[in-house]
Amino acid sequence: MEDSRYDVIVIGAGAAGLTAAIYLARARMKTLVVDRGTPGGQMILTYAVANYPGIPEASGAQIAMTMRRQAEAFGARILGQAEVTRMDLGGPWKTIEVEDEGTFTARSVILATGGVPRSLGLPSEAVFRGRGISYCATCDGDFFAGQDIAVIGGGNSALEESVSLARQVRSVTIIHEFDHFQAQAWVVDQARREPRIRFLMEQDVREFVGDESLREVVTVHKRTGEVTRVPATGAFIFIGYVPDTARFKGIVDLDERGQIVTDDLLRTSVPGVFAAGDARQKRYRQITTAVADGTIAALSAIEYLGTSGVTLPPPPP
Amino acid sequence: MLQTNLKHVETVQDYRDLTQQGKTVIVCGRMGPMCIPVYGVMESLESKYPDIRFRDMEFDSPVAMQTIRALPEVRNFHGLPFTVYFRDGKVVAATSSIQTKAQVKEILDSRMADGTEAQAG
Ligand SMILES: Cc1cc2nc3c(=O)[nH]c(=O)nc-3n(C[C@H](O)[C@H](O)[C@H](O)COP(=O)(O)OP(=O)(O)OC[C@H]3O[C@@H](n4cnc5c(N)ncnc54)[C@H](O)[C@@H]3O)c2cc1C
Repeated sequence: MEDSRYDVIVIGAGAAGLTAAIYLARARMKTLVVDRGTPGGQMILTYAVANYPGIPEASGAQIAMTMRRQAEAFGARILGQAEVTRMDLGGPWKTIEVEDEGTFTARSVILATGGVPRSLGLPSEAVFRGRGISYCATCDGDFFAGQDIAVIGGGNSALEESVSLARQVRSVTIIHEFDHFQAQAWVVDQARREPRIRFLMEQDVREFVGDESLREVVTVHKRTGEVTRVPATGAFIFIGYVPDTARFKGIVDLDERGQIVTDDLLRTSVPGVFAAGDARQKRYRQITTAVADGTIAALSAIEYLGTSGVTLPPPPP
Repeated sequence: MLQTNLKHVETVQDYRDLTQQGKTVIVCGRMGPMCIPVYGVMESLESKYPDIRFRDMEFDSPVAMQTIRALPEVRNFHGLPFTVYFRDGKVVAATSSIQTKAQVKEILDSRMADGTEAQAG
């Protein structure tokens, strides 16, 4: 039977978690990585990554797979589709229970749970998911060729995807909650130059309406209360990500946005527990910054293990 | 060709053999962001549900056009992958777009387990 004691357990196998695993395993730390989904995290959702230094362009899935193989080659054990059902991170030995897999202990834990897409929280959003509502333009854009669609959001993803969708659909209505966009100026410019894109600003999305599939998006102007019914057979939602940290509430310090609070060595409020990537308090969320975090958290954990006096007991006879 | 660890459905005859008898789940998709996680979920469940056959099928293949994509149950689907659950020749459930392991298990346990009715999804 595999020994269930590790030097370090990493929760989350996105860019941050996999990088931490590469550094840890290469330093001969016995490392377990647990991910409740498919290892790779948000990288898997990215069709083409063009800003990862050293790689002119690759799919996020390819980069993720390479990172995973690299971590495994150094000896890290990676469990995908593995839900953490209980954790006790307080003492010098941290315990983690994983559904269907058992209980694991480690001297240090790195929290790298990243982010989850923000949802509008409307009951009708769930009803039309896959029946008009989508979160991936490259995956589902061709279902809407020649049709009228809506894109909800005002950041880089929303505007970039609108421009790419405009090439195949009849019209794109960008629905945004503010009177200005959060996207970078050059991305906004690109969208404004596209004649098939129109803009509906300062709107709250109230409801998605349809029968078997989506027919229209109902919005309300935030100041005037005017109701607009936007005919749309498709609605692509890109309203950002929120840190996936709810389950760490009361375990480590979180800020008011739910981000894990760390110092510059990525230590959390609990000794031996570190945080890396989009789950922690920081301004810029990119693969490169997640990778940097994974590196720092791993090196900090290694240093902690060297100085904490907590040692791995001999394996059972 | 899909790069997954699932067995692929590559001919209409395969499809018939798999769906006419017993329990089969087919994920019909591409190697895209919404599909890869669903293949991963099915790979992780294969050993836990030994009586169910988990397969995938290339969305853009001729066999998909003649089989999964022609099913009335997927007529209003607009999100990849299309996941279809078969039991003794009947479609008992079908979902569009990304699904979590919990969502898939919910369907397997409620529609595919012995003792549950094989009712149309
Ligand atoms: C559509 C899209 C396009 C993007 N494009 C780019 C780009 O071109 N360039 C760029 O640099 N960045 C891009 N980004 C941002 C970048 O992908 C992220 O900032 C980065 O991947 C975050 O990595 P992470 O490891 O911190 O978190 P994530 O990638 O979110 O990984 C976290 C992992 O933790 C797992 N997890 C969560 N909770 C638990 C739990 N309780 N137990 C176990 N596991 C758990 C999740 O399943 C996930 O696999 C993009 C993001 C998106 C969504």
